[in-house]
Amino acid sequence: MTTVTMTVNGKSVTANVDPRTLLAQFVRENLRLTGTHVGCDTSQCGACVVHVDGRAVKSCTVLAVSCDGASVTTIEGLANGAELHPMQAAFREHHGLQCGFCTPGMIMSAVDIVNRKGHDLDEHTIREELEGNICRCTGYHNIVKAVEAGAKAMGGTVAAGIAAE
Amino acid sequence: MYAFNYQRAKSVRQAAGLLAKNGEAKLLAGGQTLLPTMKQRLASPPVLVDLARIEGLAGIERKGRAIVIGAMTKHADVATSTLVREAIPALAALAEGIGDPAVRNRGTIGGSVANNDPSADYPAACLALGATIVTNKRKIPADEFFQGLFTTALDEGEIIVKIAFPAPSKAAYVKFPNPASRYAMVGVFVAKRGSEIRVAVTGASSDGVFRWTAAEEALRSRFNPKSLDGVAASADGMISDIHGSAEYRAHLVGVMAKRAVSAALGK
Amino acid sequence: MTATGIGAPVRRREDFRFITGQGRYTDDIERPGQTYAYFLRSPHAHAAIRSIDAAAARATPGVLAVLTGDDLAADGVGGLICGWMIHSKDGTPMKAGAHPALAQGKVRYVGDHVAVVVAETLAIAKDAAEKIVVDYQVLAPVVDMNAAVKKGAPVIHDVAPDNVVYDWHLGDKAAADAAFAKAKHVTKIDLVNNRLVPNPMETRAAIGEYDGGSESFTLYTTSQNPHVARLVLSAFIGIAPEHKLRVIAPDVGGGFGSKIFIYAEETVCVWAAKKVGRPVKWTSDRTEAFLSDAHGRDHITHAELALDDKGRMLGLRVKTKANLGAYLSTFSSCVPTYLYAPLLSGQYDIPAIYCEVEGVYTNTAPVDAYRGAGRPEATFVVERIVEVAAREIGQDPAAFRKKNFIRKFPHQTPVIMAYDTGDYAASLDKALELIDYKNIGRRKRESARKGKMRGIGFSAYIEACGIAPSAAVGSLGAGVGLWESAEVRVNPVGTVEVLTGSHSHGQGHETTFAQLVCDRLGIPIDQVSIVHGDTDKVQFGMGTYGSRSGAVGMSAIAKALDKVIAKGKKVAAYALEASEADIEFKDGRFGVAGTDKSLAFGEVALQAYIAHKFSGQDLEPGLKEGAFYDPTNFTFPSGVHVCEVEIDPDTGVTRVDRWVAVDDFGVIINPMIVEGQVHGGIAQGVGQALLEGAHYDASGQLVTASYMDYCMPRADDLPSFKVDHTTTPCPSNPLGIKGCGEAGAIAAPPAVINAITDALGHEDVTMPATPQVVWRAARKAAFRTAAE
Repeated sequence: MTTVTMTVNGKSVTANVDPRTLLAQFVRENLRLTGTHVGCDTSQCGACVVHVDGRAVKSCTVLAVSCDGASVTTIEGLANGAELHPMQAAFREHHGLQCGFCTPGMIMSAVDIVNRKGHDLDEHTIREELEGNICRCTGYHNIVKAVEAGAKAMGGTVAAGIAAE
Repeated sequence: MYAFNYQRAKSVRQAAGLLAKNGEAKLLAGGQTLLPTMKQRLASPPVLVDLARIEGLAGIERKGRAIVIGAMTKHADVATSTLVREAIPALAALAEGIGDPAVRNRGTIGGSVANNDPSADYPAACLALGATIVTNKRKIPADEFFQGLFTTALDEGEIIVKIAFPAPSKAAYVKFPNPASRYAMVGVFVAKRGSEIRVAVTGASSDGVFRWTAAEEALRSRFNPKSLDGVAASADGMISDIHGSAEYRAHLVGVMAKRAVSAALGK
Repeated sequence: MTATGIGAPVRRREDFRFITGQGRYTDDIERPGQTYAYFLRSPHAHAAIRSIDAAAARATPGVLAVLTGDDLAADGVGGLICGWMIHSKDGTPMKAGAHPALAQGKVRYVGDHVAVVVAETLAIAKDAAEKIVVDYQVLAPVVDMNAAVKKGAPVIHDVAPDNVVYDWHLGDKAAADAAFAKAKHVTKIDLVNNRLVPNPMETRAAIGEYDGGSESFTLYTTSQNPHVARLVLSAFIGIAPEHKLRVIAPDVGGGFGSKIFIYAEETVCVWAAKKVGRPVKWTSDRTEAFLSDAHGRDHITHAELALDDKGRMLGLRVKTKANLGAYLSTFSSCVPTYLYAPLLSGQYDIPAIYCEVEGVYTNTAPVDAYRGAGRPEATFVVERIVEVAAREIGQDPAAFRKKNFIRKFPHQTPVIMAYDTGDYAASLDKALELIDYKNIGRRKRESARKGKMRGIGFSAYIEACGIAPSAAVGSLGAGVGLWESAEVRVNPVGTVEVLTGSHSHGQGHETTFAQLVCDRLGIPIDQVSIVHGDTDKVQFGMGTYGSRSGAVGMSAIAKALDKVIAKGKKVAAYALEASEADIEFKDGRFGVAGTDKSLAFGEVALQAYIAHKFSGQDLEPGLKEGAFYDPTNFTFPSGVHVCEVEIDPDTGVTRVDRWVAVDDFGVIINPMIVEGQVHGGIAQGVGQALLEGAHYDASGQLVTASYMDYCMPRADDLPSFKVDHTTTPCPSNPLGIKGCGEAGAIAAPPAVINAITDALGHEDVTMPATPQVVWRAARKAAFRTAAE
C-alpha cells in the first residue's frame, strides 16, 4: 500500500491505496465521486476525463499514486454550489446529452478545450478537439452546439471557471 | 492489472539504480501506453519506477540550431511550445496530432520514443530530423536507435534523458490515422536540411519506423511532390490487418509523402 | 401549446443529475458487504470441456466461491431462453439449443461463460480466475454463415445438425414468381449487412443480493425492461418466484437493444448472491462487452426487383441468411424474420413480395436486436435495390421512388403490414429542397476540380414500431404481449406520480411523459414525477425498445389520465354540489358548466382524499388510476434521408458533407428530444455504413474487441445534420404518435452507400465502406473510366 494525498474538488484527501489503483477507481470507490465514469479499457472513450492540475486527463490511465500532491477536479467539483458551470448549463440548454454516461467526461473535456483554445470556437475545432470523447447517443450534433455556446458563456465568467479548478 | 511495487524516483541515477535492482522493473513516464497494457494484464512489471518527480527531465530549450526536449516533456507542451513552433513547426504539429487532448496532457516524448511502437508518431520525427537520443549513459543517433518493432538501442537500465532535434530548413509530417484507434496507420515525416533530405515512415512497416530511401533520392534532385511520381513504396514487409492491407499501406506511404512534401513547401 | 405541454421543446428534467455527476448507474451503487464477480470466459470458439479444476482458485485468500455450470445444474437453475418461436417453412419449430448461464460440457464462442469467481475484490477474483485449469478438447469452429450450412460443417448444437435454426419464409412465392415472369427489367443485388456491436457507453453491470430473512432477491441491473428480466429469471430460469425477486434498473447509460436481453451474468450474480450470502457485483469491461453483448445485424442477402416497362415495381424476391451466433438470445429469432420481412415493401406499392430467411448458428457471440432490429436490414435491401434499379433503367432515383410510392391509405402490403397513413412524397419533396438537389451537378463538378468525387444518396425508409398488438405478435410466435402499463397516483395536494412500465435510458421520459401529464391535467411540470425501472414500484411493464415508449407507453398514461379526470369529475360533482354530467375539466380546473364555480385540480385531489363531501359507499376515496394499453396496430414512421459525400480517391476517405432528414413521426411531444433521437440514429447508421464492423477471424477470435479496432463514430467523423419533418398523425393511438427512436439508424446506411456508389459510378461497395474499401472501389472506378 502507498499513501497518497491530493486535493479533490478543493478538499484535501489522504488515503492508503494499492499502487495499482487508477485515479478513476480512487475517485469512484474511495471518494464515492461516481460522476466520473469508465467506458472503455483502452483510454479512448473519455468518460473518465477529470482535470489534474488544471489539465484534462483520462483518469482511467493515471495511477492515483502518481497524483500525489496534485489538485484534481471532477465533474462534481465543477458547479459553484447550486450554480451550474456555464458549460454544464450549455449542455442542458442545447440537449447535449441523452443517457448521460459520457456527459461528465464530455463536459470536463469541453472546459479544457475552452481553457486551451479560447471562447470563440468553430464547429471544426470543436469536432477535432473532441476526438478523445465518444458518445453513442447524440450523434455529437448537440454536443457541438453545447460546447460552442458553453465556450461563449465561459467568456463572461472566466473568474468562476478558474475558481472551480 | 497485476499488483506491483511503486517507486517514485527523485533522480535519474536513483531510477537507474531501481532498474538495476530488478531486471523486470519498468519505467513509468506518462503511462499512456504502459498503463492500458498493464490493465489488460499484457504486462506485469513487479516494480514501476515513476519518473514524474525527477527535476529537470521535462522542459524545452534551444541549443544552437537544435531544439532539445526533456524526456518527460508532455506532448501538449511540445505542441504549444513557442520555441518548437518557431524552430521546427512540423514537430509541434506532430505533437498536436498525437492521441487526443487528454492523452497529450499525460503522454511524454521519452515514453513514446523508448517504446518504439510501430504506429507512434515521434519515431518518424526523430529519424527524419536526424535527432540524437541522449540517455543517462550516452548519445545515440536516431538512425541507430530504432531497431524494429518495440525494439531500441537502449540497454537494460538505460534511461532517455532528452532528445535533441536539429532544426531543418523545411519539414512536415502528414499522417493517415487508423480510423478506429487513431494511431498512425501511415505517417510520413519529410525533412530538408540544405541538400540533405530525409523521409521517415511510421505506422506502415512490420519492422517499425524506417527511412524511405527511394523517396529521399527522388527528392534530392528536386524537393517537390512531383518528384515522387512513379516512386512506389514496396508492399513487402508492410503491416496487413483488417484496417489496411500491405498494398494499401504502401500506397498510402506514397500519398502521405507527397502531401508532406507539399506541406513542407507551404503548399 | 403551453410552455411545458405537448409540442414544447422542454429542457430535460433528468439533465441536472447527469451534468453534475449525480446520475446513479448500476456500477455507482455500492451495497453493504458487496463482493465482486469475475467471469472466466472461453478462449476457444468451439471446445468440449473435459474438466475444470478450480481448487487453486478456491484456495486463494479472499475468494468466496468459484462456481461452474455443474453448480447451476445441481441447483436446478434453468438456461437462458429465446422468447419468440419461429416455425420453418415445413412447420417444424426452430431448433433452440440449450443455453446454460455457465457452460455445461461445451463452449460455443470466444467469451462464452465457463466459471465465475466471487471474491472480496475484483483484483482477487481476476487473479484467482487465472488459476482455474480448464481441460478443453478444442473442436473445429465455424464462423462463416455459408460454411456453417455446408455439409460436414462442425455441429454447434446437436438439435440442429445442419446448424440451421430455421428455414422461414413470408409472402406469396407463386405471386412473386408470376410478377418476375412478366417483368420487363429485373434488378439483382447481393448485399452484406455487416455485424455490429451496440456499444452503449455504459457497459452492462449487475448486483445480485439475497435477503435471508424475507427469502427474497434483489437485482440491480442495466436493463431496458426490468419486468421482462424478472419474468424470465422467475418463470424460466427459476431463480425465485416473481414476488420474491425485485429487479431495479436505475439510470442506464444507453441500450440500443443490447440491454433488452437476459444474459448469463445477471443470472449468475443473483443466483450466486444467495450462495455466498453477500451481494455480488459484476461490471463488464469494454472487451467483455465486445465479446458477450448480443451483436446486431449480420445478414447475407440476394434480392431481385421486377419492373414493368414504365419502371413500375411488380415484385420483390429476397433470400437472406441471418447469423444468429452460437446461442439464441432473448428475442433473436424474431429479428431477421418478423421484424425484417414485413418491412420489405418499404414505401412502395409492390404487388408481390416473397422472402426466405435461413437463421444460422455459428461459433460467434449471439446476435439479437440492435437499434432498428430487422428494419435497418430490410431498408438496406429495399433502398439499395431501388437505387440500383433506377440507375439501371436510367431514371432519376428520386423520381423513380416517387413514381412507385404508395399514395392511398390504408395500404395492405403483401407482407403482413397494413400501413395506416403517410405522405411519402411530401417528405421527399421537402428533402430535395433542403439538400438543394437541383444544384448537385454543380457541386459534383466543384468537387471534381479539387480531385474529389461527390455523390448523393437517398433513403426513403419506413419502419413498423410502437410494437405491438399483443394478439398479433402472439399469433406470430411471441412469448409475451407487447402492451404497456401506467399508473397515475395523484397525491392529496395534487402532485402526481406516474408509474410507467417504459424504461428511459437516454430517451428523456422524465420530461416527455411529464409533458403529457401537464397537457392533460393542466398542472405545473414540477408537480409531476415519472417513476420507472423498479419492479417493486411499477407493477408490470414491457420496457423500452422498438420505438414503443411514446406510442404505447404514453398511450397507457393517457388512458390512465382519462380515468383520473373521470374520477376527478365525480369528486368535483360532490364538492361543487353539481351533477357529474355538468362538470367540465379544462386548464387544470373542474368547473360546473355555465357557472363560475370551479375547483383546481389539487383541490379536487384533496377532496378525493379527505372524502368529506361524499360517502365512501357512493364513491371510493382517493385518486389513483391504472391502465394497460394494448395497441391496435403497429405505427409506421417514415421519411426520406439524403446524404451527400465527398470522396478522396487517393486515400479512400469518405467525408459526409451534407445530411438532410425529413421524417414523419406523427405527433411530436418534444421536438428537441425527437431531433436528438434522429441525430443519434443517423450517427449509428453512418457508423454502420462507414466505420463499424465486428470481425471474427477464421478461428473464431474477435479481432475487433476494443476501440483500438472497432471504429466508433467520433465527432469529427460526422457533419451537423439538417433535420426537419412532415406530419401525418398516427390514427391508431390516442396521441397520434408514431415513434422516432430508431429512424436514423434505419434510414442512414443505404443513404450513405447510395451516395458513395453514385460518386464512384459502380455498385461494388461493401459496408463498412472504410477508406481501404472505398480506395479499392475508387481504383476500380478509375480503371473502368479509363477502359471506356
